[in-house]
Amino acid sequence: MSRFRNWFISAVVLLAGRRAKPGAPQSERILPEGEPRPGSEVLAACLLFGCAFFGAAFVAVYALDRLPWTTQLLGASLGLALACLAAALVVVAKRLVPDEQLEEDYPTAHPAASDSIAQLVQESGDRFTRKRLVVVAAGAATGALSLAAITPALSLGPALDPDVLYRTPWRPGRKLVDERGRPIRADGIEFKTFYTAFPQGAEREELGAPLVVVRLDPGALALPAGRGSWAPEGILAYSKICTHAGCAVALFRTPLFPPAEPKPALVCPCHYSTFDPAAGGAVLFGPAGRPLPQLPLRIGSGGVLEAAGDFSGPVGPSWWGVRMGKPT
Amino acid sequence: MIRGAVRRLDERTASAPLLRKTLRYVFPDHWSFLLGEVALYAFIVLVATGVYLTLFFDPSTKLVTYHGDYAPLQGQQMTEAYRSVVDISLQVKAGLLIRQTHHWAANIFIAAIVLHLLRIFFTGAFRKPRELTYLIGVLMLFIALVEGYAGYSLADDLLSGMGLAIGYSVAMSIPFVGANLALLIWGGPFPGDESFWPRMYIAHVFIFPILIGLLLGLHLLLVASRHHTQFRERWKTEKAAVGTPLFPGQTPRSLALMSAVASLLFLLGGLVQINPIWLWGPYHVSDGTNGAQPDWYLGWLIGALRLVPGFDLNVGDYTLVPNPFWGGALFPLIVFLFLVSWPFLERRVTDDDAFHNLLDRPRDAPWRTAIGTAFITWVFLIFLAGAADRATVFFGLSYQSEIWAFRILVWVVPLVVLFATKRACEELLRIERTGAVREAAEAEAKAL
Amino acid sequence: MKRLGVLAVLLLVLGLPAAGGAQQPKTSVQFPPGVPLARQGFYLYAQNCASCHGDRGRGVVPPASQEAPGPIPGLGPSLSGVGAGAADFYLRTGYMPLGEPTDQPKRSPNFFDDNEIRALVAYVASLGPGLPIPDPHPENGNLSEGLSLFREHCAGCHQILAEGGYVTGAVPPPLDRSTPVQVAEAVRIGPYVMPKFSERVISDDELDSLVAYVEYAKNPDDRGGWALGHVGPVPEGMLTWFLAATVLIGACVLLGQRLRR
Repeated sequence: MSRFRNWFISAVVLLAGRRAKPGAPQSERILPEGEPRPGSEVLAACLLFGCAFFGAAFVAVYALDRLPWTTQLLGASLGLALACLAAALVVVAKRLVPDEQLEEDYPTAHPAASDSIAQLVQESGDRFTRKRLVVVAAGAATGALSLAAITPALSLGPALDPDVLYRTPWRPGRKLVDERGRPIRADGIEFKTFYTAFPQGAEREELGAPLVVVRLDPGALALPAGRGSWAPEGILAYSKICTHAGCAVALFRTPLFPPAEPKPALVCPCHYSTFDPAAGGAVLFGPAGRPLPQLPLRIGSGGVLEAAGDFSGPVGPSWWGVRMGKPT
Repeated sequence: MIRGAVRRLDERTASAPLLRKTLRYVFPDHWSFLLGEVALYAFIVLVATGVYLTLFFDPSTKLVTYHGDYAPLQGQQMTEAYRSVVDISLQVKAGLLIRQTHHWAANIFIAAIVLHLLRIFFTGAFRKPRELTYLIGVLMLFIALVEGYAGYSLADDLLSGMGLAIGYSVAMSIPFVGANLALLIWGGPFPGDESFWPRMYIAHVFIFPILIGLLLGLHLLLVASRHHTQFRERWKTEKAAVGTPLFPGQTPRSLALMSAVASLLFLLGGLVQINPIWLWGPYHVSDGTNGAQPDWYLGWLIGALRLVPGFDLNVGDYTLVPNPFWGGALFPLIVFLFLVSWPFLERRVTDDDAFHNLLDRPRDAPWRTAIGTAFITWVFLIFLAGAADRATVFFGLSYQSEIWAFRILVWVVPLVVLFATKRACEELLRIERTGAVREAAEAEAKAL
Repeated sequence: MKRLGVLAVLLLVLGLPAAGGAQQPKTSVQFPPGVPLARQGFYLYAQNCASCHGDRGRGVVPPASQEAPGPIPGLGPSLSGVGAGAADFYLRTGYMPLGEPTDQPKRSPNFFDDNEIRALVAYVASLGPGLPIPDPHPENGNLSEGLSLFREHCAGCHQILAEGGYVTGAVPPPLDRSTPVQVAEAVRIGPYVMPKFSERVISDDELDSLVAYVEYAKNPDDRGGWALGHVGPVPEGMLTWFLAATVLIGACVLLGQRLRR
């Protein structure tokens, strides 16, 4: 206890700023002598007190609840505290620490020790006579164990079943619903606008789920062969997921005055792949390598829009098998 | 007092000789050697603020309805992950400060690594015997990029969600095995199954930080064991390093730098808003926003993805190379292959097997400087192309024309830069040489 | 040779503004008192709009078979049935008059003063029933509903905080200068290549919420500090390099010792 008190008193004495008494006589000096710089000391001390002030300000700002711009005040106070600390340390570094320039040899290589290690390893194998056999066996063991070690990684996902990529929630007869889940009627689809649609009763957070639906003049359509019935009354449905990199095709460019303005197009905001809804989602511009998959529509009972089948091609970004299968 | 403490420490750890040697380790005397330290201190701030954030973040994609104080999100469906980040930002006291500091620190961490890499490359510090140190550094840069991407994607906001979809498409685009790899990482088709978020989270807060920490430790150990390089001066040789000792000279400098880095990061974290995810809203597969961009250190990839013309390379029904591969996977692979193989290529071409402890000035190695500058120009132009739409919005330039212009410039300008830089280096050397010859002649004339 | 080049550049620079927005100077008409507003509008229309929008708003459109190969003078849609709302929108934003029919209309200082605009609006309204000038009430709107609607219908082009963006062939503008009435008008009209959203897609109540959100987006909750324009990582990256990297390099230069012997 008295030891602790001694330490405490020593600390207070030191902080009171009096010059430290010279220590016990030491052996020859290691560091070069330098002149004291009381001005720099005071400056460093002031900066440290500044740091303390701002640090306390941080705590105060945190404790006071009603201040506006809390984040700014907290950041400024903590930042300034650290800046004061940095400045104090700069003063110490540039003016208060002994100025030295030392030389130290670069380590060279150690050929003797390296060779000795190599020799150790070589000699350790002296008792082996059938080295090749043992090495092959060891190789087989290592290989198999490594394989065993990484095999459970396959459980991370259906890596061996990429056919899962063809699956979409769309089936013939599945109704199209809007963001709120209400079925979309064909007569509700107007010109010069676009709609986002989802499959009724199915998972929405999937690449195969969202559609973008637009209505174009049936006379202006130039759909690929076999899709003549896919766009009843000129209502077209495409996958809303870009075939380049999977972003939502959230832009629809549609002219108010067609003779002077660009023709209708579905555009992706990520890399500006541009698709032609009148031509089966063909790529007009941008890095997409595949047209936007089209979903065949039909008008069901009650005038509600339904899928008439699955997409014209797999949705989303391409992979090895993207042209080898049909969506299911 | 101090003597007693050190004696006690040595009695228990036998470390006094090592410590004594370490304390007098010599640091080189140029400012550019501090860039690596800047990265180190940014990493420390990242870990410190990151630990704090882990105490509040919820890595779950379970859907919840927001009932907090922020009106525009009231009643909206979002994942637990997004909601927890909104709460950290808007509810937790000092939460926004810590979160923004963390994000600024990530941006600056990678910028510092790049600056440090530039210094290492253009001074030839990667040469024998420091190739291993250099390779570890490049590996850390790569992990830092992935780590940053995972970090800002964890918030599950509209912008980063779009970025994750792009990452998925790049994985899918790898020839032959892309789909298998993507399904493995995501646990299923995008957006992945419920284990994907915790997986990304544990990678970001545990696996990658530990990797970086270990590699960093190894990197520093190797630097110290081989000793720093140094710039050429008349009194410096390949034999001995000259500089300031770690203690007491370098210590306040390094501590000052650490405080300065931390200070800047907290000032930015409090004063400059970064990634205000509550304004972006949550991500849904069917949503997109204009102007979505990755953080700056992935901007080179979006530029590449936008520049590559629209084609999948397919032979019949076999899609060999889907489009995103060229810009999203092959391009970064080429860049990292260049970085990783450069020391060995240079050694082969210059037939130089010697130890190099003295650094080159960039002009001292004209080919290296020229090729390096040209390579950086190539990458930088592709990076610029990624923001070409911003130029369209601000300056009214045609986007399509810009893309075509970039497609040409990206190959032509680096070639021009290559030859111009080489000439510039050689000219500077020639000026120095003739200057030295003239000085010697004048001195001789004076002596006569 | 060098001088010719300078001359060419000068001509180009000086010639561009003239080429861009070639409009006839406005012909002001002084009306005697008692002339009805729509009648005043008729005269203003005849002097300033008929060259593209045709006699009595019938429009000037090439025959369907003709391919329009580029900028065509005097091409304009019919204004019959577009309504007061459309005229009010295009005139108050300065979208009209438009230099070339194929140009994208951009927000400009008003060519007409307020009285003239009201006269023209009355005239266009008389050409046939159409969109009235909307009367949105953003104070009745719900911000959360507004964000959802904006995200679903608008953010793809205009960016989630209405800072504007790009779509192939057009530049959706930022909405910071759009008044609530103008937002409502644009939503119902679908100017240029913007889609239009009728009451069946976005009801009048929902429109109140949407307008409330657009108003909010002009000054959103930026409690994190300086918002850098609300466009995300691009300005953040610029700040990282131009500000932070510079400061940190400066710190290194300050702290690095240059020892001389």
